[in-house]
Amino acid sequence: MRHGKYPFIIGFLVVPLALYLVFVVGAYLQMFQLSLTDWSGFGGFNYIGVDNFVKLWDDPVFWVALRHNIYILIAMPIVTIAFALFFAFLLNVGGKSRGGVTQGVWGSKVYRVIFFFPQLLALAIVAVIFGRVFGSDRSGMLNGLFPDSWSPWLFLADERWALACIGIVLVWQQIGFYVVLFSAGMGSIGQEIYEAAALDGATKVTLFFRITLPLLWDTLQVAWVYLGIAAFDCFALVNIMSVNKGGPDNATQVLSYQIYLNAFQNSQAGYASAIGVVLFFLTLTFAALTLRVTRRDAVNA
Amino acid sequence: MSEMTNSSLDRRTLLRRAAAVGLVAAPGVSFLSACAGSDDSGDTKQATGTKSADNPLGIDPKAGVEIVIFDGGLGTKYATDVDTPLFNKKWPDAKITYSATQQVATTIKPRLNAGSAPDMINNSGSDIMDFGAIVKAGQAADLSDLFAAPSLDIAGKTVAETLVPGAVQQGTYDGKPFAVNYSFTVFGLWYNKKLFDKNSWTLPTTWADFTALLDKIKAAGITPFGYAGANAPYYMVRAIMTSAAKIGTEQVLKDIDNLKPGAWTNDAVLQAAKAWGEVGNKYIDKSFLGLKHTEVQLQQNQDKVAFYPCGSWLENEQAASTPATFEYAMMAFPSVTTADKLKATAINAAAGEIYFAAAKSKNPQGGKEYLRTMLSKQAALEFTKLTKSLTVVAGAADGVVISPGLTSANDALGKAGQEVFMGYLFDTWYKKLDDASREAANQLMFKGGDAKKFCDTMEAASQAVAKDSSITKFTRS
Repeated sequence: MRHGKYPFIIGFLVVPLALYLVFVVGAYLQMFQLSLTDWSGFGGFNYIGVDNFVKLWDDPVFWVALRHNIYILIAMPIVTIAFALFFAFLLNVGGKSRGGVTQGVWGSKVYRVIFFFPQLLALAIVAVIFGRVFGSDRSGMLNGLFPDSWSPWLFLADERWALACIGIVLVWQQIGFYVVLFSAGMGSIGQEIYEAAALDGATKVTLFFRITLPLLWDTLQVAWVYLGIAAFDCFALVNIMSVNKGGPDNATQVLSYQIYLNAFQNSQAGYASAIGVVLFFLTLTFAALTLRVTRRDAVNA
Repeated sequence: MSEMTNSSLDRRTLLRRAAAVGLVAAPGVSFLSACAGSDDSGDTKQATGTKSADNPLGIDPKAGVEIVIFDGGLGTKYATDVDTPLFNKKWPDAKITYSATQQVATTIKPRLNAGSAPDMINNSGSDIMDFGAIVKAGQAADLSDLFAAPSLDIAGKTVAETLVPGAVQQGTYDGKPFAVNYSFTVFGLWYNKKLFDKNSWTLPTTWADFTALLDKIKAAGITPFGYAGANAPYYMVRAIMTSAAKIGTEQVLKDIDNLKPGAWTNDAVLQAAKAWGEVGNKYIDKSFLGLKHTEVQLQQNQDKVAFYPCGSWLENEQAASTPATFEYAMMAFPSVTTADKLKATAINAAAGEIYFAAAKSKNPQGGKEYLRTMLSKQAALEFTKLTKSLTVVAGAADGVVISPGLTSANDALGKAGQEVFMGYLFDTWYKKLDDASREAANQLMFKGGDAKKFCDTMEAASQAVAKDSSITKFTRS
């Protein structure tokens, strides 16, 4: 066995590594290259230095999109994790304790499956469905539920609420996965710890904050990074749900959609690549920062 | 692919194609180089014959003609069952080699580059070739002689004289015509004729009458005017632009296309925006901002919306959801002021769907003769019957009942006379400006009707495009 170890390992690695190099690393390198050109998306191009980045700096829409990404980055993970933690806690240790063993609330096995449903739907389908839920006239689901005397809520057509509507869908779609993730994390916390705490007369709230949360920290950290990266995306929802291409009045504009519009609609692939470079560094910085900050916290805990 | 078919792709691509696709703002340098890359050895023997009154293009009566038709929404029947038999009736010895494709660029571009192009090509569909690049590469035959030739069946007129105004112009590049834009889309305000008849609402020609009627409609519990803000605000842009052109002639739109400073703050644009902004303030349902075109069009079919600005593909697009109580009809946008330079009957209509004769083929004159056949009155009428799409042959469908909406659009064209204008091209040339205009129209119509803001926003967007050296510029006259 030892004899053929390296060919064996290489045999396994070569295909995925090649794919990764071509379709991920290669694509990134090319993006960096293109961000310095005036490529339209067709034919040849000229190198124009950092002109694209200068243009980016002066582009008000870029800043609007960036601001929206940051809003989502701040709000979405917090809300998602808070809900997911709450539900996971209820599902696992929220119920009565029976025979000294803490359990989830009644019917938790069923809920666990239901919570995961949104995750099974393709994001595009979710977007279409919620487009109807938030329909701006009486045919919209929510407006249909409101009394007839109300004038319809505009939801996605109202620049004050459009981004929030998309945020809600993001959270709705993500929660299931994190409930399962946190449930798994909670499952690995020893029963005896809960028992001991319960014997000391700890309430559910104390259990949650003093035991579950600290022992779940690693999982939370992972969740935070995942959600943060998702917050930099949002492309599918914006593309399908938003009114007038990231509107109204750019109210739902995000960076990923700007990349799409510039690359494929405006024939400014070089400029789109420059936004891509910015997005790349933003995501990288975010991931590094999160891991850094939360690690220190973990030590403190 | 037809502008009159009902896929949304068609409608989206409509304006692009309608406005002479070759000028599209994404002129692939690759296309250019691909076309220009062929060597110009010119070794193809081209068939010619003797010019005569009966054979104005001087074709070789025995030489075959190869045609390629795009197999899309328009189908291919008009070519196989109408044009080819008509051609062979006059030239029985010329064998027509016909083929249809959905991948025009994929199948045709290599043949253009190889110097063995088909004689007549229908450049259309999602795999369309950049026509501006084809012209620049010298692959399209100059159609001057075709347009100067006598019409096949309209006595005493040249081909050019039989066409609607602007039709030749739309296929003209640097002063020479290279394309026949064959199908024809008419833009206006669409309504349910039966509903209007029932309420004895008469069609307005002045803005005062228009708003008076909108008041009446509102009193009847119907939303007087609507368009879909979510994905089709460019229908509204066209309405505003059409009004601006009526106030100050098509020159207003030409200035806008040419990114002339002050083009958007022009008084005509301001007045048009003001008038439409009022309509937005008083007569539109604000929830339409969140709706898609199909939703608003359906509401119109249900008589919940009275007027809808659109192109003549609408009737065909809505065919499946139009009830028996609904009969599409179209009217021209009313005059905005009493001092409008164009009459109330003036119409914005644009040709689309490119057909051209290849320059480097075996029989380009034969290809042109085939085009002359297509531009005969008889062929045009049959085309309209088969495809429910008007053609650029003026009056070809007159007096023939095809469908109520199309007849009404055709009548409006007739009433417009010479005041049919092609419209604008900035939306296909400069996508960023197109996006800006959509948002500005939504803001104007749904968020307070501030006409000054509309003009200023668009002026700023237009000048930003003008200053951006990375955007390829185009001009028109």
